[in-house]
Amino acid sequence: MKETSITRRRRHELIIGAALLLVLAVLPLPIRDVYTRNLIIITVLFAGLAQAWNILGGYCGQISLSHALYFGVGAYVSTLLLTRLAIPPTFGMFAGGALGGLMALLVGWPCFRLSGHYYAIATVVVGEIGYLLFLNWDWVGGATGINIPYVRSVGDSWLWLQFRIDKLPYHYAALAFASVAWLVAWLIEGSRWGFVWRAVKDDPVAARSLAVRIFPSKMAAAAISGALTGIGGAIYAQYVGYIDPDSVMYGQLSILIPLPAVLGGVGTLWGPLVGAAVLIPLSELTRSYLGGSGSGVDLMIYGGLIVVVALARPQGLASLIGVRVRAPAGAVDAAAA
Amino acid sequence: MPPLLEVDRVSKSFGGVAANVDISFDVHEGEILGLIGPNGAGKTSLFNSVSGEVTPDAGEIRLAGQRVSGLRPEQCSLLGIARTFQVVRSFDSMTVLENVMVGAYARLSRTRPAMARALETLEFTGLAARADTLAHSLTPAEKRRLEVARALATKPRLLLLDEMLTGLTPVEAQSGVQLIRDVLARGITVIMVEHVMEVLLPLVHRAVVLDLGRVLTIGAPTEVVHNPDVIRAYLGDRYAAA
Amino acid sequence: MVGGLLMGLIYALVAAGLSLIFGLMDVVNFAHGELLMLAMYATYVIWLVTGLDPLLLLVPVALLLFALGVAIYHLLMARALSVRFNRGMVQIFVTFGLAILLRGAAQFTFGSDFKSVSKSWLSGKTIDLAGVYIPLPQLAAGVVSLFAFALLLLISRTEFGHALEATREDRDAVALIGIDRNRIFAMGWGLGAGAVGIAGVMLATFYYVSPSVGANFALIAYVTVALGGFGSLIGALVAGLLIGQVEALTALLIEPSLKQVGMFAIYLLVLMFRPRGLFGTL
Repeated sequence: MKETSITRRRRHELIIGAALLLVLAVLPLPIRDVYTRNLIIITVLFAGLAQAWNILGGYCGQISLSHALYFGVGAYVSTLLLTRLAIPPTFGMFAGGALGGLMALLVGWPCFRLSGHYYAIATVVVGEIGYLLFLNWDWVGGATGINIPYVRSVGDSWLWLQFRIDKLPYHYAALAFASVAWLVAWLIEGSRWGFVWRAVKDDPVAARSLAVRIFPSKMAAAAISGALTGIGGAIYAQYVGYIDPDSVMYGQLSILIPLPAVLGGVGTLWGPLVGAAVLIPLSELTRSYLGGSGSGVDLMIYGGLIVVVALARPQGLASLIGVRVRAPAGAVDAAAA
Repeated sequence: MPPLLEVDRVSKSFGGVAANVDISFDVHEGEILGLIGPNGAGKTSLFNSVSGEVTPDAGEIRLAGQRVSGLRPEQCSLLGIARTFQVVRSFDSMTVLENVMVGAYARLSRTRPAMARALETLEFTGLAARADTLAHSLTPAEKRRLEVARALATKPRLLLLDEMLTGLTPVEAQSGVQLIRDVLARGITVIMVEHVMEVLLPLVHRAVVLDLGRVLTIGAPTEVVHNPDVIRAYLGDRYAAA
Repeated sequence: MVGGLLMGLIYALVAAGLSLIFGLMDVVNFAHGELLMLAMYATYVIWLVTGLDPLLLLVPVALLLFALGVAIYHLLMARALSVRFNRGMVQIFVTFGLAILLRGAAQFTFGSDFKSVSKSWLSGKTIDLAGVYIPLPQLAAGVVSLFAFALLLLISRTEFGHALEATREDRDAVALIGIDRNRIFAMGWGLGAGAVGIAGVMLATFYYVSPSVGANFALIAYVTVALGGFGSLIGALVAGLLIGQVEALTALLIEPSLKQVGMFAIYLLVLMFRPRGLFGTL
């Protein structure tokens, strides 16, 4: 089969992705400053989380505002398996992912029939229920949370995903995670689902006349998105060493996870990455330098930035660097009922 | 051999208004049937019942002996019923090739075969040169052609064309007629709703005339055109040929 | 039980404002809680500075919030509506960004510690209604909310109200009958914010004021609106009352810290059978 513009573009995307991966792999090496290294790790992790969300929210068009639930579940499952059954997080994270995916399916199954805003609010509520339940559930630590112990006898280890002497390996864990999320998004974009979801967003009636069955594919998107998010949660838990509902399952996190994707360019391959690269450092820096005493200035800047970018560049920041953006048309409304 | 499509006493009302009343006719494999009638005669409603957008209130529709009335559009499509829409519904944010690929994905789950089928369909419908153009930038005639290409990519047995030639220039219309002949040559059965009489009548094998929701008459184009009831239905409507 | 009813009325009022705004232009205002928060701060500040009782501040604060709503529409939402890509998502995230901005502004201006309107005409008093002791502030809040609701219903029956309804049904066609869409939208935002303003004043008489207080009420408001059905004022009232009761019952029967789980569960349950809410037409 002769090469088409589609296959050519996808080949280029893969090359750029690989180059980016290389750059990010060597980026932290010359940096000794702990604060900056931490910033990079968080940015990379959230880029991966945003990309995972993008699969359900961007490509499939379901604006889920409950992803903190899957993130938190992943963190808790991995941590509990470690603290109660001494299972290494390297395996535990997959269990966390599995449960995250399962939760996403459970939420999706009743909620997908809801349209636009009803769906968004239903997901917010589900996330909130999860938060409240975990907060009051003693077996998982409740409001006190769980401390993740550093197993001295093992020391720094990849199996146990614990590094205290040099935290650099966490960067590679996060990078691996983000790369997988990116790759999954890339695969989906070129697959039947990628095409079919865009068709449904443009014109659901025409899509149905072409044998597109929407519901099963939404469930698949939810499962993949939730699973990836759960794995991200597990990695985060190992990195920060302590989890509680207020740090891994709180409501605002459900908005912060999609934010890089939305402002970077929802439903695009590079949007979440661009968005994370801009937003996370900005929010961390404003918080450190301006928000230290709870002054709220950091929030004002952050909030203001969100408003400005959303209004000035609704198709996403990634379009500024030439990323292909969906064409303007009345039908291209991601929240259409 | 049983007919490919059997419309059996189909009736459908919308909010008290009867769109289709007791409609019956057959379509044989390989033929091209014209569905004509004044505005409001119930032609698009009938299409909607055949392709699954709507379920008839009474009666049944069968494809090769199997009941299809009441099935969802996705299921009808998989069984081999494809259609175009009266008001073109293209996927505006996607290119021509991508649009047709959505159709190809109806029966092929992997991208390489779907892309190959889509490319082949574009060649067949003469849109290959516009493969990478965004659908929303196409001319109206090209958009119509795209809808046909997209429908063809689903490898249908039956193709429903809803006013595909309306509003085209004579040159575009002739081109469209040629496309329909090519589709027929591939063994696909066609039902077409059309207002442009001088284009439709030479093309179809038989015609079904609807008026006020009912079947007025069925027959060869030459018979139908001379039928006094048909003439009255149209002239009573102050209808003038395009 | 009565407490649940009274809180329910307040929820209903907050929800009514939200429903108005959504009903008009398909915008879920994620900054609605912050508007409530601002109303409460305004009440606190004016009370602190002038010593005027909050009850006297109902009208001024409501007007203040009305103006704020109109301003938000003209400065932000008008632009958000004319966006060509991802309109729905833009609206969600613009209002969300606004929420963060407002919360930061409150934190910057007042700090994050709790404040309260400690001395007012009603504070600390209770009334005995047929053997049930009801705190006067809460009772007043419920009564005022009911009045405000009635007012909203009245407005919905006026010509303006009809114009609002028409604009909601067919945004594009109303221009043809001489309705200025922009003006209607701005008024809608003003009214919605004003409603929340009234609720805020009454809440300030018995609830603590902090930058994050909005977030708590906001979620309940969204649930109330969705349960009642977007675009239905009656729905907001019924849902508000229902939610207020369920919350109180859950706190009583199961556990206070889980009181919100009860209302959320009811909400999800109803949605399963009526995806558009109890009275929803959108």
